[in-house]
Amino acid sequence: MSERIREKLNILADAAKYDVSCSSSGSKRKNDGKGLGNGHNSGICHTYTEDGRCVSLLKILLTNHCIFDCAYCISRKSNDIERAAFTVEEVVELTMNFYRRNYIEGLFLSSGIFKNADFTMERLLRVVKKLRLEERYNGYIHLKTIPGASDELIREAGMYADRMSINLEMPTEAGLKLLAPEKSHQDVIKPLGYVQNQIIQFRDEKKLIKSVPSFVPAGQSTQMVIGATPETDKEIMHTAHDFYKKFSLKRVYYSGYIPISNDNRLPVLGSAPPLVRENRLYQTDWLMRFYGFHVNELLNDANPHLDIDIDPKLSWALRNLHFFPVDINIGSYQMILRIPGIGVASAKRIVQARKFGKLRIDQLKKIGISYNRARHFIKCADSPFQLKEYQSSQIKSFILAESQSKYLKNDTQQLILF
Amino acid sequence: MIYLFDGSMEGLLCAVFEFFERKPGSVSLRTEAEHQPDAFSTYLSVHSDPVKANRVWKALQKRLPGIWIRRLYACFLSEKAIGYSSLFEFCCYLFVSPVGAEKNYGNEHVLTVAQLAKKVEREKHRMEAFIRFQHTSDGLFYCGIDPDYNVLPLIMKHFKDRYADQKWIIYDIKRHYGLFYNLEVVEEIRMKFEHPTFNSPSTEIFSEKEELYQALWKDYFKSTNIPARKNTKLHLQHVPKRYWKYLTEKQPVKS
Repeated sequence: MSERIREKLNILADAAKYDVSCSSSGSKRKNDGKGLGNGHNSGICHTYTEDGRCVSLLKILLTNHCIFDCAYCISRKSNDIERAAFTVEEVVELTMNFYRRNYIEGLFLSSGIFKNADFTMERLLRVVKKLRLEERYNGYIHLKTIPGASDELIREAGMYADRMSINLEMPTEAGLKLLAPEKSHQDVIKPLGYVQNQIIQFRDEKKLIKSVPSFVPAGQSTQMVIGATPETDKEIMHTAHDFYKKFSLKRVYYSGYIPISNDNRLPVLGSAPPLVRENRLYQTDWLMRFYGFHVNELLNDANPHLDIDIDPKLSWALRNLHFFPVDINIGSYQMILRIPGIGVASAKRIVQARKFGKLRIDQLKKIGISYNRARHFIKCADSPFQLKEYQSSQIKSFILAESQSKYLKNDTQQLILF
Repeated sequence: MIYLFDGSMEGLLCAVFEFFERKPGSVSLRTEAEHQPDAFSTYLSVHSDPVKANRVWKALQKRLPGIWIRRLYACFLSEKAIGYSSLFEFCCYLFVSPVGAEKNYGNEHVLTVAQLAKKVEREKHRMEAFIRFQHTSDGLFYCGIDPDYNVLPLIMKHFKDRYADQKWIIYDIKRHYGLFYNLEVVEEIRMKFEHPTFNSPSTEIFSEKEELYQALWKDYFKSTNIPARKNTKLHLQHVPKRYWKYLTEKQPVKS
């Protein structure tokens, strides 16, 4: 018995690991009535795998049997791999026992599609209902919405889950059609929109009647595979921007494609996943969500790709040197936030601290800004006087020379003579 | 002038009281335990008086928002000499400045208190993440820890709320005290260990299924890793080696 469950866990955890989302934040589910589990609003990462990704949820598939044949997916019908399926009881028992030992923050349950969408969704629903109602479990649950499942099932699942997600897979419709002819973006948009409407409706009702249960309190997210099809960074981020705006998504995840098959539509087996590009996309995502950048400022027709050797905030600053230098003691919060080397926490501290007197370089360093990077873009109380104005390419090479990036340091840029 | 106090929060608050009572000019604060007398300084041993401490605490609560009261407490729990003296200087600075002075991050004491509190909160969060309970045959969930800072008072509520239907013990091996939850309330306990350990070496005291779940967790940790994305530097940044002793998934697989 114990051998078989170990085998199943290995197969079904391995198949689920390409789903990037592991956030456990946003749930305020309270443990009233002496059950097990209590939401932690900011989430907890309980461990990290050797590839540096956080593990906060038990991320498994209910089964890796699937009726679809999507070229980018490890569980596709035509792939010759071991198949397995958990029973509802097994998933519940694993979750409860891992949670009791403080291994995990909750459950991330996804599934291959067996028989049809409704049948699969109904199974997922049975797991979450058993956890919430029979085991009185209040930990985090992230549930995959199965495209094509009926509205009633999705709605019921939303009453028990904390987050629901549904993957866009490819950033553009054309890319998706190429690799998964049976699927379309429309399959994703419909349930995303439905859940979004329900969230709004429940929230409005809750304002009037306090006892209305919460519906998907941690919101929705989606994921795109990067590097499997030849989209530009601009196309990817504009799609992300649209989805953030239209469906108030909490997160869009970008997953660098790891070659898993010999399909000639895809990168060849053994080629390295585009980790740097993925990192730059996340940086852009953060700039859009927390730094007040519009996607058009970072990626437009003139710059359809992000720089690989420097981060998007620095490259925006270098393209827009006419905004700089910003005087730390006068500049607006929004502008301070746009200075390379200054993050949200430091920007807030600077704005509070400067009310008590002009800030100096040593204070800025102590507050925690990355001064070596920021010094090209700021003025403060004791900035050294500088006669020469540097070109953006010069500033870039100064910064690259002193940074210790783990990525490519050999900048192949050509020398500028004039 | 050097003030000596007994290392308690009460003593520290009394030192602030004495500072304004006596107005001795510039003062530095030390604990009695760490005190090394020298020939040229004058000393004052601060006597802990709950009435005085309470007056200072009330005044602080009036002047500071809740988030800063929490920061003061967290900074105190760092148990560092610099933490104590910065707390003292911070309080003195606060009471001679107009309301809102805690926002002056340009002041070194304000910044030190905020940064130390942040470190303590980070350690607290790590404990919430890295504690691994082991189920014993008498139905207890046990875990031993030795955190950098004294975070047990801070993590108590989290574990009490979360594991309300199971008995658990979290024991601080370095500071020789622990928390025991008996399904009703959390009590402070002291135990005698012969060989304090994080993961008990003998499997006899485990419950029947404990080993299975430890094995399952190790399996899961291995399966969920993507070898093509290996990034050891990032891994170590998130899980520094000093925490590996707590982590079930980092223990060698028993054959």
